[in-house]
Amino acid sequence: MTGKANPLKPRSHFSKLFMDIWTDRQLYYMLIPVIAYFVIFHYLPMYGIQIAFKDFSIRKGFARSPWVGFKHFQAFFKSYYFGRVIGNTFFISLYSLAAGFPAPIILALLMNEVRSNWYRRTVQTVTYAPYFISMVVLCAMVTQFLSPNAGIVNKVLNLLGRDSIYFLGRSDMFYSVYVWSGVWQGTGWSSIIYMAALTSIDPQLHEAAVMDGASRLQRIWHINIPGILPTAIILLIMNCGSILSVGFEKIFLLQNDLNRSSSEVISTLVYQQGLIQNNYSYSAAVGLFNSVINCTMLVIVNTIARKSGETSLW
Amino acid sequence: MLLSKKDRIFDAIVIGILFIVLLIVLYPLYFVVIASVSEPISVISGKVFFKPVKFNLEAYRRVFQYKLVMKGYRNTLLYTVAGTSLNLVMTVLAAYPLSRRRLHGKMFFTGMMMVTMFFSGGLIPTYIMIRNLQLLDTFWVMILPSAVSVWNVMLTRSFFISGVPYELEEAARVDGASHITTLVRIILPVSKAILAVMVVFYAAAHWNNYFSGLIYLSTESKYPLQLVLRAILIMNQMKEDMIIDVGDTYSRQMLAETLKYALIVVASVPLLILYPFVQRYFVHGVMIGSVKG
Repeated sequence: MTGKANPLKPRSHFSKLFMDIWTDRQLYYMLIPVIAYFVIFHYLPMYGIQIAFKDFSIRKGFARSPWVGFKHFQAFFKSYYFGRVIGNTFFISLYSLAAGFPAPIILALLMNEVRSNWYRRTVQTVTYAPYFISMVVLCAMVTQFLSPNAGIVNKVLNLLGRDSIYFLGRSDMFYSVYVWSGVWQGTGWSSIIYMAALTSIDPQLHEAAVMDGASRLQRIWHINIPGILPTAIILLIMNCGSILSVGFEKIFLLQNDLNRSSSEVISTLVYQQGLIQNNYSYSAAVGLFNSVINCTMLVIVNTIARKSGETSLW
Repeated sequence: MLLSKKDRIFDAIVIGILFIVLLIVLYPLYFVVIASVSEPISVISGKVFFKPVKFNLEAYRRVFQYKLVMKGYRNTLLYTVAGTSLNLVMTVLAAYPLSRRRLHGKMFFTGMMMVTMFFSGGLIPTYIMIRNLQLLDTFWVMILPSAVSVWNVMLTRSFFISGVPYELEEAARVDGASHITTLVRIILPVSKAILAVMVVFYAAAHWNNYFSGLIYLSTESKYPLQLVLRAILIMNQMKEDMIIDVGDTYSRQMLAETLKYALIVVASVPLLILYPFVQRYFVHGVMIGSVKG
């Protein structure tokens, strides 16, 4: 549209643009509330990031709080818990990725091999269900099932002649409880995108492979897996972009004083420092550090993916 | 179709593995249900495994009498209905213009939204902004900050592009229909599938949200269900009036256990019966959404 403007008449380009906008003005009116939402609830808070470099106080507001440079960042790097918090965050992220990334791929590949529509639909309906359970309920179930005196897991252990284990009270068990309950909740839902990728594979590929005498396993390996690889890479890149952000909601619910040495992560630290102790600037600095690392990781991984193959986010 | 022996073994293995997956996913949910209708002492002493023991609905009777829970339920219902309505309007308002070929500045508008998926102001700056807007501890703080999800806008936009034939809307234009008429008369009626999916996605997010309540609300009577649940289920704060008439402390503790299971059921059932109705659109919706537009 804009590109078709006659180069001999540069002014008509602009008048055509204005004509276009005027004709379609309803489109732009529709966007006004949307833009307003993003500016107020996303871009204004970004302006607020400056408090990470200031000694912010509510009374003085953004503009009149004094600049202090990197003071809060240095305080965070020198704090006694810095290594532990970063370590926990990284470890939980990587563990989640290692367990949670392949699981939906395997589930989707398996479901794709089921011939009975009824059975496949049933498996899908059931495995999606945990996604619709709230985080509070999930954590309540985890707490109940793993409870040292009344939990069913320990009842089973007792039946097998083993002693009860207080899973959530042991820092060495915390990681596994966190990660595998997440796999239970999220695998079915995450498999949707791979199911979609599998349905878009050209059936002729399979027909040709059958003609050549390929077995089911060979077809999965040589057709289905390459078919969903681009999707998998995109999701992997996006996951790497959040390698240093372990979600607050679940950790916060499972955290207690006994497991704190493995459950303290950046997001819970930001909450604790910012909203409980009102160290706004310090907390914002920790949060900003987190965002910067995440964005950097995203760019690095995306660059590697782009250089080594065709699939990348941009 | 004739199946070779190898094929049949392969099928059996696949069905077998998926059956184990089914059991792993279903059993915890099943256990919650049977524990909620069993006698408390049998649950605690580990006699409940496969079926309810001494079936009774005492726990449910008490849950429905518990004022704080019912109040939370009402609040959540309100936040969910109001929030989802706002979400739908905003999502359509964003997705429709972005799906039009003639929109100028499409890259700018899309980019502006996408950036927020990867970079945000963070907890504290957002909190201060909400505070400055005087939204703290109001009804609005539960629905305004999450008025649009970028991801859902992109899904809806892709549906509007590929699910609605371009000829259809061109015909409407030739007839002199405005954009709003085209949207309301042509696009929305053929987009019921994606709108249904959006309702479920957004409603689930509101229903399950405890974070906004936790950080932005301070008055107990405004708490959403999930915050009430957190107090009872995670922090073990069960208000006395829930079980006060039960004889001794020991029986109270017993009853508290089955009450928790009943609460879990009551809190989760609405969504669990809602999503299967739109489930068949999930794969379809994601597939359309992944087509670059």
